[in-house]
Amino acid sequence: MATLKSLKGRIASVKSTQKITKAMKMVAAAKLRRAQQAAEAGRPYAERMGQVMESLAGKVAISDQSPKLLAGTGRDQTHLLVVCTSDRGLAGAFNSNIVRAARRQAEELIAQGKTVYFYLVGRKGRAVIQRLYPKQIVHQFDTGAIKQVSFADAQEIAADLIDRYITDGIDIVHLLYARFQSALVQEPTSRQIIPVPRAAEGIAASGGADAGVEYEPDEEEILAALLPRNIAVQIFRALLENAASEQGSRMTAMDNATRNAGDMINRLSIQYNRTRQAAITTELVEIISGAEAL
Amino acid sequence: MADLHFELVTPERLVRSEDVYMVVVPGTEGDFGVLAGHAPYMSTLRNGDIAIYRSGMSDTPERIPVEGGFAEVNAQGLTVLAERADTPA
Repeated sequence: MATLKSLKGRIASVKSTQKITKAMKMVAAAKLRRAQQAAEAGRPYAERMGQVMESLAGKVAISDQSPKLLAGTGRDQTHLLVVCTSDRGLAGAFNSNIVRAARRQAEELIAQGKTVYFYLVGRKGRAVIQRLYPKQIVHQFDTGAIKQVSFADAQEIAADLIDRYITDGIDIVHLLYARFQSALVQEPTSRQIIPVPRAAEGIAASGGADAGVEYEPDEEEILAALLPRNIAVQIFRALLENAASEQGSRMTAMDNATRNAGDMINRLSIQYNRTRQAAITTELVEIISGAEAL
Repeated sequence: MADLHFELVTPERLVRSEDVYMVVVPGTEGDFGVLAGHAPYMSTLRNGDIAIYRSGMSDTPERIPVEGGFAEVNAQGLTVLAERADTPA
Protein backbone atom coordinates (compact mmCIF):
# COMPACT_ATOMS: atom_id res chain seq x y z
CA MET A 1 0.00 0.00 0.00
CA ALA A 2 1.33 3.37 -1.04
CA THR A 3 1.86 5.87 1.72
CA LEU A 4 0.03 9.16 1.78
CA LYS A 5 3.22 11.04 1.17
CA SER A 6 4.23 9.05 -1.91
CA LEU A 7 0.71 9.40 -3.34
CA LYS A 8 0.85 13.14 -2.85
CA GLY A 9 4.19 13.21 -4.64
CA ARG A 10 2.84 11.26 -7.57
CA ILE A 11 -0.19 13.48 -7.91
CA ALA A 12 2.05 16.54 -7.97
CA SER A 13 4.31 15.02 -10.60
CA VAL A 14 1.44 13.94 -12.86
CA LYS A 15 -0.01 17.43 -12.50
CA SER A 16 3.17 19.07 -13.68
CA THR A 17 3.39 16.62 -16.58
CA GLN A 18 -0.14 17.55 -17.50
CA LYS A 19 0.79 21.20 -17.49
CA ILE A 20 3.60 20.51 -19.93
CA THR A 21 1.49 18.42 -22.30
CA LYS A 22 -1.24 21.03 -22.17
CA ALA A 23 1.21 23.78 -23.05
CA MET A 24 2.66 21.68 -25.88
CA LYS A 25 -0.81 21.07 -27.22
CA MET A 26 -1.60 24.76 -27.30
CA VAL A 27 1.69 25.60 -28.97
CA ALA A 28 1.09 22.86 -31.55
CA ALA A 29 -2.43 24.13 -32.16
CA ALA A 30 -1.17 27.64 -32.78
CA LYS A 31 1.60 26.43 -35.08
CA LEU A 32 -0.76 24.05 -36.80
CA ARG A 33 -2.98 26.84 -37.98
CA ARG A 34 -0.12 28.57 -39.74
CA ALA A 35 1.42 25.38 -41.09
CA GLN A 36 -1.93 24.20 -42.36
CA GLN A 37 -2.52 27.46 -44.18
CA ALA A 38 0.90 27.26 -45.78
CA ALA A 39 0.39 23.64 -46.80
CA GLU A 40 -3.02 24.26 -48.27
CA ALA A 41 -1.92 27.41 -50.06
CA GLY A 42 1.01 25.53 -51.58
CA ARG A 43 -1.10 22.71 -52.95
CA PRO A 44 -2.52 24.35 -56.06
CA TYR A 45 0.92 25.30 -57.34
CA ALA A 46 2.39 21.86 -56.77
CA GLU A 47 -0.64 20.21 -58.32
CA ARG A 48 -0.64 22.44 -61.41
CA MET A 49 3.09 21.94 -61.72
CA GLY A 50 2.63 18.19 -61.51
CA GLN A 51 -0.08 18.34 -64.16
CA VAL A 52 2.01 20.46 -66.47
CA MET A 53 4.95 18.10 -66.02
CA GLU A 54 2.89 15.02 -66.58
CA SER A 55 1.30 16.33 -69.72
CA LEU A 56 4.68 17.48 -70.97
CA ALA A 57 6.23 14.14 -70.18
CA GLY A 58 3.43 12.51 -72.11
CA LYS A 59 3.95 14.70 -75.18
CA VAL A 60 7.68 15.00 -75.48
CA ALA A 61 9.24 12.32 -77.57
CA ILE A 62 11.85 10.44 -75.57
CA SER A 63 15.16 10.12 -77.31
CA ASP A 64 18.73 9.58 -76.22
CA GLN A 65 19.17 13.30 -75.93
CA SER A 66 16.21 13.75 -73.60
CA PRO A 67 17.13 15.07 -70.19
CA LYS A 68 17.68 12.25 -67.72
CA LEU A 69 15.33 13.82 -65.21
CA LEU A 70 12.52 13.34 -67.67
CA ALA A 71 13.38 10.11 -69.40
CA GLY A 72 15.10 8.29 -66.56
CA THR A 73 18.14 6.14 -67.01
CA GLY A 74 16.22 3.38 -68.72
CA ARG A 75 16.74 1.06 -65.78
CA ASP A 76 14.91 0.57 -62.50
CA GLN A 77 17.58 -1.19 -60.52
CA THR A 78 18.64 1.39 -57.95
CA HIS A 79 16.01 3.22 -55.95
CA LEU A 80 16.54 6.17 -53.70
CA LEU A 81 13.94 6.82 -51.01
CA VAL A 82 13.83 10.40 -49.81
CA VAL A 83 12.31 10.10 -46.36
CA CYS A 84 11.08 13.35 -44.82
CA THR A 85 10.60 13.30 -41.06
CA SER A 86 10.59 15.94 -38.38
CA ASP A 87 13.41 16.98 -36.09
CA ARG A 88 11.47 16.57 -32.91
CA GLY A 89 9.64 13.74 -31.30
CA LEU A 90 6.60 13.80 -29.05
CA ALA A 91 4.36 13.98 -32.09
CA GLY A 92 2.50 10.73 -31.64
CA ALA A 93 3.04 8.18 -34.36
CA PHE A 94 3.95 10.83 -36.94
CA ASN A 95 7.57 9.87 -37.51
CA SER A 96 7.13 6.16 -37.01
CA ASN A 97 4.32 6.10 -39.56
CA ILE A 98 6.54 7.65 -42.20
CA VAL A 99 9.43 5.39 -41.35
CA ARG A 100 7.15 2.38 -41.43
CA ALA A 101 5.91 3.34 -44.88
CA ALA A 102 9.51 3.79 -46.03
CA ARG A 103 10.43 0.44 -44.62
CA ARG A 104 7.54 -1.31 -46.27
CA GLN A 105 8.44 0.17 -49.62
CA ALA A 106 12.10 -0.70 -49.14
CA GLU A 107 11.24 -4.28 -48.26
CA GLU A 108 9.08 -4.59 -51.35
CA LEU A 109 11.81 -3.25 -53.58
CA ILE A 110 14.46 -5.42 -51.98
CA ALA A 111 12.20 -8.43 -52.41
CA GLN A 112 12.13 -7.62 -56.12
CA GLY A 113 15.90 -7.68 -56.13
CA LYS A 114 16.38 -3.92 -56.34
CA THR A 115 18.98 -1.88 -54.56
CA VAL A 116 17.60 0.67 -52.14
CA TYR A 117 19.27 3.74 -50.71
CA PHE A 118 17.95 6.30 -48.30
CA TYR A 119 18.20 10.05 -48.27
CA LEU A 120 16.94 11.45 -45.00
CA VAL A 121 15.46 14.87 -44.45
CA GLY A 122 15.04 15.60 -40.76
CA ARG A 123 16.53 13.88 -37.76
CA LYS A 124 13.90 11.52 -36.49
CA GLY A 125 13.95 8.78 -39.07
CA ARG A 126 17.63 8.17 -38.71
CA ALA A 127 17.75 5.85 -35.72
CA VAL A 128 15.41 3.23 -37.10
CA ILE A 129 16.65 3.29 -40.66
CA GLN A 130 20.25 3.18 -39.60
CA ARG A 131 19.58 0.13 -37.48
CA LEU A 132 17.77 -1.69 -40.30
CA TYR A 133 19.85 -0.59 -43.27
CA PRO A 134 23.14 0.63 -41.80
CA LYS A 135 25.01 0.98 -45.09
CA GLN A 136 22.27 2.37 -47.27
CA ILE A 137 21.93 5.93 -46.02
CA VAL A 138 23.56 8.17 -48.58
CA HIS A 139 22.95 11.47 -46.88
CA GLN A 140 21.03 13.19 -44.17
CA PHE A 141 19.85 16.68 -44.87
CA ASP A 142 19.87 18.67 -41.66
CA THR A 143 16.73 20.71 -41.16
CA GLY A 144 17.56 21.61 -37.56
CA ALA A 145 18.26 25.26 -38.28
CA ILE A 146 15.10 25.77 -40.35
CA LYS A 147 12.19 27.30 -38.48
CA GLN A 148 9.81 28.06 -41.31
CA VAL A 149 10.25 25.97 -44.43
CA SER A 150 11.10 28.17 -47.38
CA PHE A 151 11.29 27.45 -51.05
CA ALA A 152 15.05 28.05 -50.94
CA ASP A 153 15.49 25.06 -48.60
CA ALA A 154 13.55 22.88 -51.00
CA GLN A 155 15.70 24.10 -53.87
CA GLU A 156 18.82 23.22 -51.93
CA ILE A 157 17.58 19.68 -51.34
CA ALA A 158 16.50 19.39 -54.95
CA ALA A 159 19.88 20.53 -56.25
CA ASP A 160 21.62 18.03 -54.01
CA LEU A 161 19.29 15.24 -55.13
CA ILE A 162 19.78 16.03 -58.81
CA ASP A 163 23.54 16.02 -58.31
CA ARG A 164 23.37 12.62 -56.74
CA TYR A 165 20.98 11.36 -59.33
CA ILE A 166 23.35 12.24 -62.11
CA THR A 167 26.61 11.16 -60.48
CA ASP A 168 25.64 8.24 -58.24
CA GLY A 169 23.91 5.99 -60.74
CA ILE A 170 20.48 6.12 -59.14
CA ASP A 171 17.61 5.15 -61.40
CA ILE A 172 14.44 6.10 -59.59
CA VAL A 173 13.79 8.53 -56.76
CA HIS A 174 10.77 8.33 -54.49
CA LEU A 175 9.68 10.99 -52.06
CA LEU A 176 8.03 9.96 -48.78
CA TYR A 177 6.16 12.33 -46.53
CA ALA A 178 2.96 12.57 -44.53
CA ARG A 179 0.14 14.17 -46.45
CA PHE A 180 -1.90 16.41 -44.20
CA GLN A 181 -5.59 15.68 -44.19
CA SER A 182 -6.72 16.93 -40.82
CA ALA A 183 -5.32 17.27 -37.32
CA LEU A 184 -6.40 13.68 -36.75
CA VAL A 185 -5.43 12.09 -40.05
CA GLN A 186 -2.04 12.28 -41.71
CA GLU A 187 -1.43 9.86 -44.46
CA PRO A 188 2.09 8.64 -45.24
CA THR A 189 2.50 9.13 -48.97
CA SER A 190 5.09 7.99 -51.43
CA ARG A 191 5.46 9.45 -54.86
CA GLN A 192 7.98 9.06 -57.60
CA ILE A 193 9.71 12.33 -58.45
CA ILE A 194 12.53 11.26 -60.75
CA PRO A 195 11.98 10.44 -63.55
CA VAL A 196 8.72 12.32 -63.95
CA PRO A 197 5.82 9.87 -63.87
CA ARG A 198 4.12 9.90 -67.25
CA ALA A 199 0.43 10.55 -67.50
CA ALA A 200 -0.82 7.31 -68.97
CA GLU A 201 -4.45 8.36 -69.09
CA GLY A 202 -3.44 11.94 -69.81
CA ILE A 203 -2.21 10.96 -73.23
CA ALA A 204 -5.38 9.08 -73.96
CA ALA A 205 -7.55 11.96 -72.75
CA SER A 206 -5.81 14.73 -74.63
CA GLY A 207 -5.43 12.58 -77.71
CA GLY A 208 -3.12 13.46 -80.55
CA ALA A 209 -4.60 16.91 -80.92
CA ASP A 210 -2.38 18.41 -78.21
CA ALA A 211 0.75 16.99 -79.71
CA GLY A 212 1.59 20.20 -81.50
CA VAL A 213 2.51 22.24 -78.46
CA GLU A 214 4.54 25.28 -79.29
CA TYR A 215 7.46 26.07 -77.06
CA GLU A 216 9.12 29.36 -76.47
CA PRO A 217 12.16 29.73 -76.31
CA ASP A 218 12.33 26.02 -77.24
CA GLU A 219 11.61 22.61 -75.86
CA GLU A 220 15.03 21.81 -74.45
CA GLU A 221 15.43 25.12 -72.71
CA ILE A 222 12.01 24.93 -71.14
CA LEU A 223 12.56 21.39 -69.99
CA ALA A 224 15.99 22.24 -68.62
CA ALA A 225 14.43 24.97 -66.50
CA LEU A 226 11.22 23.19 -65.66
CA LEU A 227 12.52 19.79 -64.58
CA PRO A 228 14.71 20.87 -61.64
CA ARG A 229 12.06 23.34 -60.65
CA ASN A 230 9.39 20.68 -60.58
CA ILE A 231 11.49 18.59 -58.21
CA ALA A 232 12.06 21.55 -55.92
CA VAL A 233 8.34 22.26 -55.95
CA GLN A 234 7.43 18.69 -55.11
CA ILE A 235 9.93 18.68 -52.25
CA PHE A 236 8.71 22.03 -51.02
CA ARG A 237 5.20 20.71 -51.00
CA ALA A 238 6.29 17.61 -49.10
CA LEU A 239 8.03 19.74 -46.50
CA LEU A 240 4.99 21.96 -46.04
CA GLU A 241 2.64 19.01 -45.75
CA ASN A 242 5.03 17.41 -43.33
CA ALA A 243 5.23 20.51 -41.17
CA ALA A 244 1.46 20.69 -40.94
CA SER A 245 1.16 16.96 -40.30
CA GLU A 246 3.75 17.13 -37.56
CA GLN A 247 1.92 19.86 -35.70
CA GLY A 248 -1.43 18.16 -36.19
CA SER A 249 -0.08 14.87 -34.97
CA ARG A 250 1.57 16.53 -31.99
CA MET A 251 -1.57 18.36 -31.08
CA THR A 252 -3.61 15.16 -31.07
CA ALA A 253 -0.94 13.26 -29.17
CA MET A 254 -0.64 15.97 -26.53
CA ASP A 255 -4.39 16.24 -26.22
CA ASN A 256 -4.50 12.52 -25.49
CA ALA A 257 -1.65 12.83 -23.04
CA THR A 258 -3.39 15.67 -21.22
CA ARG A 259 -6.55 13.63 -20.97
CA ASN A 260 -4.69 10.58 -19.73
CA ALA A 261 -2.92 12.69 -17.13
CA GLY A 262 -6.31 14.01 -15.99
CA ASP A 263 -7.64 10.46 -15.62
CA MET A 264 -4.58 9.47 -13.69
CA ILE A 265 -4.89 12.45 -11.35
CA ASN A 266 -8.50 11.48 -10.66
CA ARG A 267 -7.55 7.92 -9.90
CA LEU A 268 -4.69 8.91 -7.67
CA SER A 269 -6.82 11.48 -5.81
CA ILE A 270 -9.43 8.84 -5.03
CA GLN A 271 -6.76 6.48 -3.82
CA TYR A 272 -5.23 9.27 -1.76
CA ASN A 273 -8.54 10.16 -0.12
CA ARG A 274 -9.37 6.53 0.62
CA THR A 275 -5.96 5.95 2.15
CA ARG A 276 -6.31 9.10 4.23
CA GLN A 277 -9.73 8.05 5.45
CA ALA A 278 -8.51 4.55 6.26
CA ALA A 279 -5.69 6.05 8.30
CA ILE A 280 -8.11 8.26 10.26
CA THR A 281 -10.44 5.33 10.91
CA THR A 282 -7.59 3.18 12.15
CA GLU A 283 -6.47 5.96 14.46
CA LEU A 284 -9.99 6.44 15.81
CA VAL A 285 -10.44 2.75 16.39
CA GLU A 286 -7.18 2.73 18.27
CA ILE A 287 -8.19 5.67 20.47
CA ILE A 288 -11.67 4.27 21.18
CA SER A 289 -10.47 0.80 21.98
CA GLY A 290 -7.80 2.35 24.17
CA ALA A 291 -10.42 4.37 26.00
CA GLU A 292 -12.65 1.32 26.44
CA ALA A 293 -9.85 -0.71 27.88
CA LEU A 294 -9.41 1.80 30.72
CA MET B 1 -17.15 34.02 -77.34
CA ALA B 2 -16.35 31.55 -74.62
CA ASP B 3 -14.28 32.88 -71.77
CA LEU B 4 -10.73 31.87 -71.10
CA HIS B 5 -10.10 30.01 -67.89
CA PHE B 6 -7.11 31.67 -66.27
CA GLU B 7 -5.14 30.55 -63.24
CA LEU B 8 -2.21 32.31 -61.64
CA VAL B 9 -0.41 30.35 -58.94
CA THR B 10 2.74 30.95 -56.92
CA PRO B 11 4.40 28.49 -54.54
CA GLU B 12 2.74 30.34 -51.68
CA ARG B 13 -0.82 30.46 -52.92
CA LEU B 14 -3.38 30.39 -55.67
CA VAL B 15 -3.57 34.03 -56.68
CA ARG B 16 -6.27 33.99 -59.35
CA SER B 17 -8.61 31.39 -60.74
CA GLU B 18 -11.30 32.88 -62.90
CA ASP B 19 -12.83 33.13 -66.36
CA VAL B 20 -11.69 36.20 -68.25
CA TYR B 21 -11.69 37.57 -71.78
CA MET B 22 -7.98 37.86 -72.44
CA VAL B 23 -4.68 37.74 -70.60
CA VAL B 24 -1.44 39.29 -71.81
CA VAL B 25 1.55 37.40 -70.47
CA PRO B 26 5.15 38.67 -70.43
CA GLY B 27 7.00 35.82 -72.16
CA THR B 28 10.80 35.68 -72.37
CA GLU B 29 10.62 36.36 -76.07
CA GLY B 30 7.95 38.99 -75.95
CA ASP B 31 4.46 39.55 -74.62
CA PHE B 32 1.70 37.34 -75.90
CA GLY B 33 -2.02 37.61 -75.51
CA VAL B 34 -4.14 34.55 -74.84
CA LEU B 35 -7.79 34.34 -75.79
CA ALA B 36 -10.09 31.37 -75.38
CA GLY B 37 -9.31 28.56 -77.81
CA HIS B 38 -5.62 29.38 -78.04
CA ALA B 39 -3.38 26.66 -79.47
CA PRO B 40 -1.33 24.62 -76.95
CA TYR B 41 1.62 26.74 -75.99
CA MET B 42 4.33 26.81 -73.38
CA SER B 43 6.65 29.64 -72.52
CA THR B 44 8.94 30.86 -69.80
CA LEU B 45 8.25 34.26 -68.25
CA ARG B 46 10.36 37.31 -67.77
CA ASN B 47 9.73 39.74 -64.95
CA GLY B 48 6.89 42.00 -65.89
CA ASP B 49 3.18 42.64 -65.60
CA ILE B 50 0.40 40.25 -66.45
CA ALA B 51 -2.52 42.20 -67.85
CA ILE B 52 -5.97 40.74 -67.33
CA TYR B 53 -8.82 41.96 -69.54
CA ARG B 54 -11.98 40.93 -67.71
CA SER B 55 -14.72 41.36 -70.27
CA GLY B 56 -13.30 42.85 -73.47
CA MET B 57 -10.59 44.84 -75.16
CA SER B 58 -12.03 48.13 -73.95
CA ASP B 59 -11.45 47.22 -70.29
CA THR B 60 -8.76 48.84 -68.24
CA PRO B 61 -6.65 45.75 -67.61
CA GLU B 62 -5.77 44.63 -64.12
CA ARG B 63 -2.00 44.45 -63.87
CA ILE B 64 -0.21 41.94 -61.65
CA PRO B 65 3.58 42.09 -61.50
CA VAL B 66 5.13 38.62 -61.69
CA GLU B 67 8.66 37.30 -61.50
CA GLY B 68 9.92 34.24 -63.33
CA GLY B 69 8.11 31.01 -63.97
CA PHE B 70 6.11 29.46 -66.76
CA ALA B 71 2.90 29.82 -68.65
CA GLU B 72 1.09 26.88 -70.18
CA VAL B 73 -1.86 27.04 -72.51
CA ASN B 74 -3.81 23.85 -73.04
CA ALA B 75 -7.36 22.88 -73.86
CA GLN B 76 -8.43 23.70 -70.29
CA GLY B 77 -7.12 27.26 -70.40
CA LEU B 78 -4.11 29.27 -69.35
CA THR B 79 -2.06 28.38 -66.28
CA VAL B 80 0.66 30.75 -65.14
CA LEU B 81 3.12 29.30 -62.65
CA ALA B 82 5.00 32.33 -61.36
CA GLU B 83 7.73 32.37 -58.77
CA ARG B 84 6.36 35.54 -57.29
CA ALA B 85 3.29 37.63 -57.86
CA ASP B 86 2.73 40.88 -56.07
CA THR B 87 -0.90 41.53 -55.37
CA PRO B 88 -2.31 43.80 -52.74
CA ALA B 89 -4.80 41.20 -51.57
